[in-house]
Amino acid sequence: MRIVVLVKPVPDPAAAAERLGPDGRLDRAASPAVVNANDEYALEAALKLVAEHGGDVTLLSMAAGSAPETMRKALAMGADRGVHVMDPALAGSDTLSTARVLAAALRDIQADLILAGADTSDGGGGVVAPGVAALLGVPYLSYASKIEPDPVAGTVRVRRISPTGYDLLEAPMPALIGCTQALGEPRYPSLKGIMAARSKEIATRTLADLGLADGSVGGSAATTRVVDSRKPPARAATRVVRGTPDEAAAEVVAFLAERRII
Amino acid sequence: MADLWVIGELGPDGGLAHISAEVATLARRLADAAGGSVTGVVVGAAPETAAADLATYLPRVVAVTDSSAADHAWAAIAAERIAALVADAGGAGNGGPGCILIGSGPDGRDVAGMLSVLLGWGVLVNATGVEWQDGGPVVEMSVFGGKLITTSAFAGGPGIVTVRPGAVTAEGSGGAAGTIESIAPTAEPALPRVAVVDRVAEAGAAAPIEEARIIVSGGRGLGGPDGFTLVQQLADVLGGAVGATRAAVDAGWISYSQQIGQTGKIVKPQLYLALGISGAIQHKVGMQTAETIVAVNRDPDAPIAEFADLVVVGDLFQVGPAILERLSSRSG
Ligand SMILES: Cc1cc2nc3c(=O)[nH]c(=O)nc-3n(C[C@H](O)[C@H](O)[C@H](O)COP(=O)(O)OP(=O)(O)OC[C@H]3O[C@@H](n4cnc5c(N)ncnc54)[C@H](O)[C@@H]3O)c2cc1C
Ligand SMILES: Nc1ncnc2c1ncn2[C@@H]1O[C@H](COP(=O)(O)O)[C@@H](O)[C@H]1O
Repeated sequence: MRIVVLVKPVPDPAAAAERLGPDGRLDRAASPAVVNANDEYALEAALKLVAEHGGDVTLLSMAAGSAPETMRKALAMGADRGVHVMDPALAGSDTLSTARVLAAALRDIQADLILAGADTSDGGGGVVAPGVAALLGVPYLSYASKIEPDPVAGTVRVRRISPTGYDLLEAPMPALIGCTQALGEPRYPSLKGIMAARSKEIATRTLADLGLADGSVGGSAATTRVVDSRKPPARAATRVVRGTPDEAAAEVVAFLAERRII
Repeated sequence: MADLWVIGELGPDGGLAHISAEVATLARRLADAAGGSVTGVVVGAAPETAAADLATYLPRVVAVTDSSAADHAWAAIAAERIAALVADAGGAGNGGPGCILIGSGPDGRDVAGMLSVLLGWGVLVNATGVEWQDGGPVVEMSVFGGKLITTSAFAGGPGIVTVRPGAVTAEGSGGAAGTIESIAPTAEPALPRVAVVDRVAEAGAAAPIEEARIIVSGGRGLGGPDGFTLVQQLADVLGGAVGATRAAVDAGWISYSQQIGQTGKIVKPQLYLALGISGAIQHKVGMQTAETIVAVNRDPDAPIAEFADLVVVGDLFQVGPAILERLSSRSG
């Protein structure tokens, strides 16, 4: 089974360094990048699937020049190789461009399953993966909490989290699956994995390689623009309450009443 | 550009999903501001009830009946039928919409992503507010885990906006219900369909947290699954829903669908009452925009004490029941 995992380097959500430049774009130099958390769950699911069914895992990222550093961690977890789409024209891409570029890159990679994250922590809206699926004309199975391929039948079953439980979905492969944390905790890279990752191949693809150097994607084709960015308003100072449980409870209830919540 | 469409989603009971009522309210106000029209579109195997609900918010609703939605995933069907309607209407600016709005929940995102590539339109995601300026929507959203708020617009063309729950309060149009036009499409599907083999209701599936006005949430400090009994009791007396941290979910005390945070859900309730929650950054990003945050934590230096409005320093097993008692006697 050949699996491609879509991984996006994102600013580390645990750091506080995000900044937008004057052009409204993220100042990536100011923000240390990590693999988007939901993409790590996708990768973990992929590694378990190939351990069970055989096969290999390819990472695909569309990102700036520093992406290989971030991809190494995912390779150290056990992915076999990476494909990095990078082109100066891609700066300022919108989600439509991203979907088009990833779809074009995927046409050159054979896959039975493509796994993506449910969304990205940097403000992603969970729209890239369904876009990629629609462009490729493959079924999209989203919000997965369990993935069960049947390589003999050539189908895959996915539990999709629903408001009341889950829907059991089934589609023929190749298919694209949107992954959540419910698939399981990602493994830590082993020392051996870290060593092995150093020599794994990360192939670079430009827009010309993908046949997309026609201005149909990238910053010049962006359909959206950031008009303004600002820090959120600071929250008011915290009121600290001590005392006996009953005194504290009285204060909480009075506070809620004061704010007309109850 | 000033003609707006709202995609109505179906709730579990076949009526209009609450998020769609909010999106419809928002779109109606935008259309008023822009001097344009607003149309609702509902796609489903049996769209009638939801369409009738949507018509209480909007002057005109199109109901598309596609029987395959009974046992196939909704998104591909909806995206394809909506794209066809846009083409039939003459495309953007020629009688078709200049902007399509939909909720930012799982179904709305799936549809928005597919519709974006089918139409070649951009998407502005996770709107917490939308205004009409210079002939187009201007969308406010929170990015990088709430560390920045950005305002974005479309670069001149038509576009799709996904809207977060709670961006506006749902409010009917007040006048007569809108017209409903029913359509039964005949075109063969081009996007691959995904079969729904089974819809499984899980025991203990709790009230959805995204729409709750009040959330009582529990963390590792609850010490075990039994701790959620207290959380549930407080939620019941406050008329709220139960949320949780990842630590509580990972421990198996409560289901992942209640998890709030970076890899769970983003919520914006009027009140967030946190019991035994430290307020780690990955949790904070999911609840920091709650209007009021109250925490009970025995550690005065827990990070949540830095951003809660009120923090009780004490043992949740003593303070929680005391709050419950006072609330119960108030409401009783
Ligand atoms: C990639 C990634 C994604 C993540 N996504 C999420 C996410 O979506 N949501 C999320 O919540 N977390 C997420 N986390 C985990 C997050 O980092 C924290 O580990 C988690 O939020 C901690 O949960 P907690 O507050 O319940 O537990 P703890 O941090 O252990 O805090 C427990 C608190 O309870 C207090 N306490 C204990 N006993 C009592 C008592 N009797 N009375 C009063 N107070 C008491 C303690 O003082 C402490 O402050 C993520 C982590 C990573 C790495
Ligand atoms: N630039 C990118 N490179 C690789 N994968 C991406 C990229 N952008 C988005 N994705 C994938 O699409 C998912 C959803 O992204 P988003 O729509 O931005 O929330 C991510 O979790 C990734 O799996």
